[in-house]
Amino acid sequence: MTTTSNLWTNSDLRLQASRELPGLTKELESDKSERMERIEHGTDLFDEMKQRFLSFKKHKYMQNLELYEKLAKDQAPKFMVIACADSRVCPSSILGFQPGEAFVVRNVANMVPPYENGPSETNAGLEFAVNSLKVENILVIGHSRCGGIRALMSMHDDVETSSLIGSWVSVGMNARVRTKAATKLLNFDQQCKHCEKESVNCSLVNLLTYPWVEEKVRNGELAIHGGYYDFVDCAFEKWTLDYKESNPIGKSGKVAVKDRAFWF
Amino acid sequence: MGNLSQEEAIEGLKKLLIHNDKDEQILGGFQSFKTNKFDMYPALFRELAERQNPKFLVFACCDSRVSPSSILDFQPGEAFTFRNIAGLVPPFNKMRYSGVGAAIEYAVVTLNVENILVIGHSSCGGIERLMSHPEDGSTANDFIDDWVQIGLPAKAKVKAEFGHLPLDEKIRECEKEAVNLSLTNLQTYPYVRERMARKALALRGGYYDFVEGCFKVWEVKTIITTPIHS
Repeated sequence: MTTTSNLWTNSDLRLQASRELPGLTKELESDKSERMERIEHGTDLFDEMKQRFLSFKKHKYMQNLELYEKLAKDQAPKFMVIACADSRVCPSSILGFQPGEAFVVRNVANMVPPYENGPSETNAGLEFAVNSLKVENILVIGHSRCGGIRALMSMHDDVETSSLIGSWVSVGMNARVRTKAATKLLNFDQQCKHCEKESVNCSLVNLLTYPWVEEKVRNGELAIHGGYYDFVDCAFEKWTLDYKESNPIGKSGKVAVKDRAFWF
Repeated sequence: MGNLSQEEAIEGLKKLLIHNDKDEQILGGFQSFKTNKFDMYPALFRELAERQNPKFLVFACCDSRVSPSSILDFQPGEAFTFRNIAGLVPPFNKMRYSGVGAAIEYAVVTLNVENILVIGHSSCGGIERLMSHPEDGSTANDFIDDWVQIGLPAKAKVKAEFGHLPLDEKIRECEKEAVNLSLTNLQTYPYVRERMARKALALRGGYYDFVEGCFKVWEVKTIITTPIHS
């Protein structure tokens, strides 16, 4: 395997300093189609990425050197966020998390498998965030039109799936079962929307199956929250798990919530 | 309440719904996004609501300092982004690594991305854990160790080539070598290999050094040399 490489550093920044770099809020739509055209041509891809990194460096990194010097030594985020890998739902974009603020795990359909499923990339991240970084909040964010949830809702019962997507989203099977029971009269799209939120609650329940998570929640050192981003209407819902009212979580898997908010 | 205008009533209700300063931080972030992005580009977001068509699948670390949308300015819709400890990609294994496999399958087969970018970074806790963990079985593995073991081939390579360096420099080398390992592992996924063969998919590695403030990027190329005749 051979590689061709590019290194962008301070010297490049000096060359760029005299030129105005595209800002985030300027002409996003026409800029986007121009940028997409450049990306389609492979050799321009490096140039595009270079422009973007140098823009970040000029407008953010150099403007906040003290913060970045501090972050270079250590991170101490207060949040762990579990979000979907969907290109439309980056937590830094939609909730404005700045560097250093949120430790972010992103997977298909923002799922948290239970403790008994054994090791995975998601619970490795969970362990690091809770035990090493000692975050104070975990926020699981679901979203509208989720392809992973749609795949979960579309699966045939009793048939072992051969696809990797099917294997992974099966983690959310409880959410699918509860959704199908509660939404018999709704159409498939509406059922999927219900499942998107039900799956977040399923993940919150699964978080409590980790003994070191449950202990910290019980002691009041850690709060766990659900969130739902609707990018059709641009609205955000959030809720917090009410541990005292939820305990014990019965066979129904239902959780009690508090501090519900809806922003639009 | 009867004398308040509708706007005042809504503002009052919104205030009641901010329960603490964490709520306030997230609400502020969301409102800023809605005002400066979503409401400014309605046609774009209407299109995105119907479907996503990202050109990139990005693998990056969960580290709070390395969000790809911050450092490479990915806009909504541009990059399907998987974030895990150390941004590692394991080899194809349906039983053990279905999470990562699901992301690759969805991005490559369903979304038809044209580029996969794997980004490593400086001061990576996951790579440090990999390099520091004794291999003599004296320490029990937890979930983190189980995950970062994916990087063992990169650790072995670094120890062989840079055995003379102090640990912190070996860690730096491993942060980059782990990206190359992930790029190699990506090619064990049949649909990745198939698309690379017909030049529909390009693989790239990246390394973000936030101590020095620089970004390095490289591309995977496969060369088959012409046969040598006797």
